[in-house]
Amino acid sequence: MRSRDLAQIALFAAIMVVLGFFPLIQLPGAFAPFTSQTLGVILAGSILGAKRGALAIVLFDVLVFAGLPVLAGGRGGMGVIMGPTGGFVIAYPIGALVIGLLTERAWKHYNLPIALLINFLGGAIVLYAIGIPWMAAAAHISLGKAITTSVAFLPGDVVKTVIGSLAAVAVRRAYPMIPARA
Amino acid sequence: MLSLYHDARTPVHVVPAGVKLLVLATVGTGLFLVSSIPALTAALVVVLGLYAVARIPWRATGRQVLGLTPFLALIVLAQLIFTDARTAILVGERLLTLVLLANLVTLTTRTSAMVETIERALTPLRPLGVRPERVGLLVAMTIRFIPVIREQAELVRDAQRARGIERSTVFLVPLLVRTLRMADGVGEALDARGLD
Repeated sequence: MRSRDLAQIALFAAIMVVLGFFPLIQLPGAFAPFTSQTLGVILAGSILGAKRGALAIVLFDVLVFAGLPVLAGGRGGMGVIMGPTGGFVIAYPIGALVIGLLTERAWKHYNLPIALLINFLGGAIVLYAIGIPWMAAAAHISLGKAITTSVAFLPGDVVKTVIGSLAAVAVRRAYPMIPARA
Repeated sequence: MLSLYHDARTPVHVVPAGVKLLVLATVGTGLFLVSSIPALTAALVVVLGLYAVARIPWRATGRQVLGLTPFLALIVLAQLIFTDARTAILVGERLLTLVLLANLVTLTTRTSAMVETIERALTPLRPLGVRPERVGLLVAMTIRFIPVIREQAELVRDAQRARGIERSTVFLVPLLVRTLRMADGVGEALDARGLD
């Protein structure tokens, strides 16, 4: 870990926080607010790569645990972690890790379709896989019901995947961070 | 950046952060093993009692719990429809107690104490190359960068407005490139000050 890596990790954790300030739409009947924060997960993984990207989001989670109101809507602290949406917060770094690993592997041939696929996998599927069972357990509802509740997020997550992928491909051209593996 | 911590000197505040987190984990698991309404009601009353001991103003709790209200209502309603009133009460009490207790840990523990606890918890990972003492530095850096990033975002947006472009992807790229350039500068500054 060089000093520059530490700076990148802290800056991307800060980007993740700032994304939470963006307006969020609270859907009636939806359990969790619509946030831009999964976009931070996608950006960290696809721009910084697996190690730094995952650490940036782990650092963001440390801020949540430490009681800073950095989650969308000014929420934070242990109450959110223990609540029904805590699984998504726990899953964020894992999503970034998955995106980072796959992006590093595909780096030589990285383009928009590949980016879309990887970012949807890590930025939506991985988060659902952890967040939805957590919700079912915390709220004591069936897995099926938790899934139907979360379907409301799908359109938003598709939009964020597209935005994140376009940005990742453009940043790769302008300022490549992940060195191509020979 | 305002922490959610509520400053006061009470018996709840003086309990070390690590102990509070252990209690939270234990009680959290215990709540799911108990399924008697009187026992859960007692637990809820005890937690509310702790709020009184910690002298937490209602407003400080309100915002965090308000976020849970639609959730709680929906869950209780779902249980009433699909199962029975007893289950609805159990599930509602369990969730409310757990979230209130977790929130109490946050309200009565300084951010710095939490960060120290996280550093201590990471100490066993030292052989793997983890440097726990860096957590505090990184947390401080992140908090410092939040207003900087916001400012950068405003700058990019103003520059684009002046050119009559407004699209989120076009907006993100300059922001990210600026951030990465900033990281190079900050990295050099850290090196210059002898951060090993």
